Amino acid sequence: MSAGTVPYESLGRPIRGPRALNDDPARFWHLTFNIAVNQWKLRFFGSALGYLWQLVRPLLLFTVLYVFFTKIANVNGAHPGDHSYDNYGAQLLGSIVLFTFFSEATMGSVRCVLDNEALVRKIQFPRMVIPLSIVLLSMFNLALNLVVVFVFALLAGVRPMLTWLELPLIVAVLAVLVAGLSMLLSSLFIYFRDIQPIWEVINQILFYSSPVIIAVPAVVKAFGPKTALSPRALDVPWLAHVYMSNPLAVILQQFRHAMINHATPSPAAVLGSDVMLLIPIGIVIGVFVFGFYVFNRTAPYVAENL
Amino acid sequence: MPAIPRDTKGLPAIVAREVSKTFRVPQERKHTLKERVLHPRSRTRHQVFHALNDISFAVAEGEFFGIAGRNGSGKSTLLKCIAGIYGVEGEIWRRGRVSTFIELGVGFNADLAARDNVILNGIMLGLSPREARKRYDSVIEFAELKEFEDLKLKNYSSGMYVRLAFSVAIQVDADLLLIDEILAVGDASFQQKCFDVFNRMRDSGKTIVFVTHDMGALNRFCHRALLLERGSQVYIGDPQEVGDQGQRQPAVPQGRRMTLRARVSFMVEVEDPQASVYVHNEEHKAVLVASTVLEHEHSGRFRSGEQAVFSFSFDNVLAPGRYNPVFNLAHRGSGLDVIDRFEGAFSFVVTAQQALGGIVDVPVEVVVERGESVPGGDLPPSLELPV
Repeated sequence: MSAGTVPYESLGRPIRGPRALNDDPARFWHLTFNIAVNQWKLRFFGSALGYLWQLVRPLLLFTVLYVFFTKIANVNGAHPGDHSYDNYGAQLLGSIVLFTFFSEATMGSVRCVLDNEALVRKIQFPRMVIPLSIVLLSMFNLALNLVVVFVFALLAGVRPMLTWLELPLIVAVLAVLVAGLSMLLSSLFIYFRDIQPIWEVINQILFYSSPVIIAVPAVVKAFGPKTALSPRALDVPWLAHVYMSNPLAVILQQFRHAMINHATPSPAAVLGSDVMLLIPIGIVIGVFVFGFYVFNRTAPYVAENL
Repeated sequence: MPAIPRDTKGLPAIVAREVSKTFRVPQERKHTLKERVLHPRSRTRHQVFHALNDISFAVAEGEFFGIAGRNGSGKSTLLKCIAGIYGVEGEIWRRGRVSTFIELGVGFNADLAARDNVILNGIMLGLSPREARKRYDSVIEFAELKEFEDLKLKNYSSGMYVRLAFSVAIQVDADLLLIDEILAVGDASFQQKCFDVFNRMRDSGKTIVFVTHDMGALNRFCHRALLLERGSQVYIGDPQEVGDQGQRQPAVPQGRRMTLRARVSFMVEVEDPQASVYVHNEEHKAVLVASTVLEHEHSGRFRSGEQAVFSFSFDNVLAPGRYNPVFNLAHRGSGLDVIDRFEGAFSFVVTAQQALGGIVDVPVEVVVERGESVPGGDLPPSLELPV
């Protein structure tokens, strides 16, 4: 039987080089999970204080921001009867923890394919495992940090609410956004090395422009009509809609609304209707699909382009 | 094309059909967005490098198949294409679970203990976590590292590291093994152990693809082999024949004029390059060195994409034996700024009636004068020519 008489038709599908995904979802998951777990072990078991270090960073940031913005700059000058600023501390901590997840996972993914060059060049495995294991690793941290947030909230006097059940959904939407960005950034980095500093700057911008420190009612007021209480308002109410079209803003604000304080407006309330939520949700889906597409397209050639 | 073994049942384990692989090598790589934005018009020029051209073969189930060729002939690239690490033009089919021995210990993390590494590596190579955990004990036993299993890998000696990596790779229980020249590492006893394992796998009916430039190993293990030359398939079949073709070396009779030619394709622009050739004998001593420096110091400007042939002709006075020419191309100057070096890729044999034992056989005029009073007879005896 020479190569010429090989029954090509009966061979099935030829292999096409490395792919982003494989045919075996179980293997994909085991691989992603085990890499993430090993990285996690590396990070915490190596140092004596272990997990505490992971917690110290958001807590320290929280303390600084909390002291500065509530005690010194006094941004929360709520007028009497406005309860949207209640438990600002818990709102702030929750936002910081969610944002930490966002920035840790996306910044960590930028270089990830290059950092795993040896694997990519020498072993055949679904390439998507690399960025997704980083997202998963950050999710482990997020889970632990969220426990701290809820303990803090309960201590601060937040009563358990039925809307706490929304938590998995909020985290899931954030995870989809982060996964999309991870795939996008890690494949772009192969071709554009300056993605890293660019993304750092964008991260900073997002930190200050999303409702982490800022409370959404303050934004609404600033863009809203001039009143006696807010004489310097811009009077362009649709800017608040633009502000709330940022998926990150929606996620953080929904967390604040549903987990901590119902008095702070939900994103749907700011946007005016539930239908308007389709814009940020569409952006999340769009980012994910685009990230997947780009990663999938570059995956077969990663090994030779590094 | 010779038949693959008769006892094959069903479909072949690997089929390659008209497989080609080209690499686009950018001449000047743009690595940042800034460069692209600032110079949107300047398209990166690429040099297309054909690593593999139109390779077709089939490997039967249970066959030990060799891929041979010199350095740079594309054999490792072909293995990576089969392994699915590179995308290819053409089609490759593969059946069964694959284990690749392209480099041992890839993906090992030096900060983790043996256990975590073994399990993670097993999963990477295609095991389920349960299987990987189950096999852990036999992996550690085979590697003879039971007492060091809790040690982080960074504290392992390189020998221990390789042993561990090798045991992981063979425990994966693949149907199809792709082996690159990993046997170059490790000491002789470890190499023997590797070969023993491969032999055992061959006998148990696994399909093995083995890349090597060692024609001896090819003969000892392979059922069939494929010979590559500059990315093209020159011969497929009997490993003995592949070995002979691979070692083909021209025989040059002593005393004639001979010429060594090097064809160079310039990928970048070079001004006044210096080309030199070093002819090494079997003891790796350069017995002859020639260069363009003396006669063509200003060899001119070579554009990117241009080709040039450098010829070195000389009267062959070399003593009989095997010689290895090394061609060296350097930038103008000291000659140390090497652009490219072509070495060990081919050799030639000088033949002569007899070997006298010198390095060169320069024509020597031997005269014997005798008599009571020979002219020059007052020379000290030590300077007399031995006859």
